[in-house]
Amino acid sequence: MFKLIDKGIPLTVEIILDGKAELVPENITVAAAALFCGLESVRKTPVSGSNRLPLCMMGVCYECLMKINGQANQRGCQILVKPGMVIERQSGAAELESGYETEV
Amino acid sequence: MEYDVIVIGGGLVGSSIAYGLSKQKLKTLVLDGGDQSFRASRGNFGLVWVQGKGWNYAPYARWCQQAADLWPEFNQELQDVSSATLDYQRTGGFHFCLDETEWEQRQKMLAAVNRHTEGQFEYDMIDRIRLKKMIPQISNKVIGGSFSGQDGHVDPLALLHALFTGMNQQGVDYLASQSVNLIERRDNGYLVKTNKGMFSSEKLVLCAGLGNQKLGPMVGLEVPVIVERGQVMITERMKPFLEWPTLHVRQTGAGTIQIGDSHEDVGFNDGTDPYVLKKIAQRAVSMFPFLESVKVVRAWGALRILTPDHNPIYQQSSAYPGAFAVTCHSGVTLAAAHAGPVANWISGKDQPSDINQFSADRFNV
Repeated sequence: MFKLIDKGIPLTVEIILDGKAELVPENITVAAAALFCGLESVRKTPVSGSNRLPLCMMGVCYECLMKINGQANQRGCQILVKPGMVIERQSGAAELESGYETEV
Repeated sequence: MEYDVIVIGGGLVGSSIAYGLSKQKLKTLVLDGGDQSFRASRGNFGLVWVQGKGWNYAPYARWCQQAADLWPEFNQELQDVSSATLDYQRTGGFHFCLDETEWEQRQKMLAAVNRHTEGQFEYDMIDRIRLKKMIPQISNKVIGGSFSGQDGHVDPLALLHALFTGMNQQGVDYLASQSVNLIERRDNGYLVKTNKGMFSSEKLVLCAGLGNQKLGPMVGLEVPVIVERGQVMITERMKPFLEWPTLHVRQTGAGTIQIGDSHEDVGFNDGTDPYVLKKIAQRAVSMFPFLESVKVVRAWGALRILTPDHNPIYQQSSAYPGAFAVTCHSGVTLAAAHAGPVANWISGKDQPSDINQFSADRFNV
């Protein structure tokens, strides 16, 4: 659905998007990369479970929340892609960070 | 008279009472403030709470108990009215103690509430080992806590919305952005003059929160109020981890974690302050260490409406019969009592047994 305006931009950054290696231009955001690679949704909402894609692309709407390098609830539109970045779709609310439980 | 009752104030207190009056078939008008008003009803924490309340004033302990007991049915009624969930749950709630002194104070306080309610209020002091089994994420710094199965929580905005839907269905007239300038006694009733018009009614209920201090004297009532700011914050949505609301941390139905609160004397300022928010966050992290890695998405301040002894005022004016004042800071917990027993009392039916204990005359001894 989304195509690069400048077809000449080289695809130099390799990311792992939803388990698949993808090549994308440098200096684009994770949200833009998800749209460029044709992801049908980036997350499922915590309340109704409906599928969502990035909307505002400027950090306001929180529709593009994804799990980036293991950290959930990241706004994909506010983070630039980096080589080797692992980006996953997020299903529902974030898991609690483990490792905080202490023994009595 | 155009109306049976005019309710001045359209927050949780005013809308609960107006909704209750409309169920008594009374023709009711709500005169609400505007966007610049201080809106405690839009900034609160959403607890339907009993434990600790009224520890130093028995009538208030009994009153909160009664309101909380009316809540399950009230919730059902409002869900039917609004066709929406209020996320109300009476799971029971916790208050955590960080040291022995807090634990002992808490124990004394809740024992008093239990005495005041003749044992109706039930609670349990839960030591660290039992607490850890119930809430594995709790920090070791927490030495234990008090639990009462009678506590619960609700989405306070959904509650306000449901009350407005109910008022609308029952034919209550509602006018916003009204500023009351004058109240006059007129032909066995009242004439209310606002910036926008004049309205008449047989009875009058002042539910204007902090505004009651100014309005009360117009009908012979002294309504002393103290303003106190509380700040709260809300986090991103997380998977369920906390089944029970606590006094400072609760997880909402949608998964966000609400964290409170502060008690600040800053006058009529409902803004936020990063230093206070930092302290609130630190206390929450000291209870739930994992919160350290959870992002806060919003924070806000709201003004509590307190009286000198922090207990509510319910009073009919002796000089101006039919004029009532209601002032409290527990508009959520008491909503069920306001829509029920208080609306009945105002409409001239049964008087709640303790209501005379809530007269503002208690401040003039």
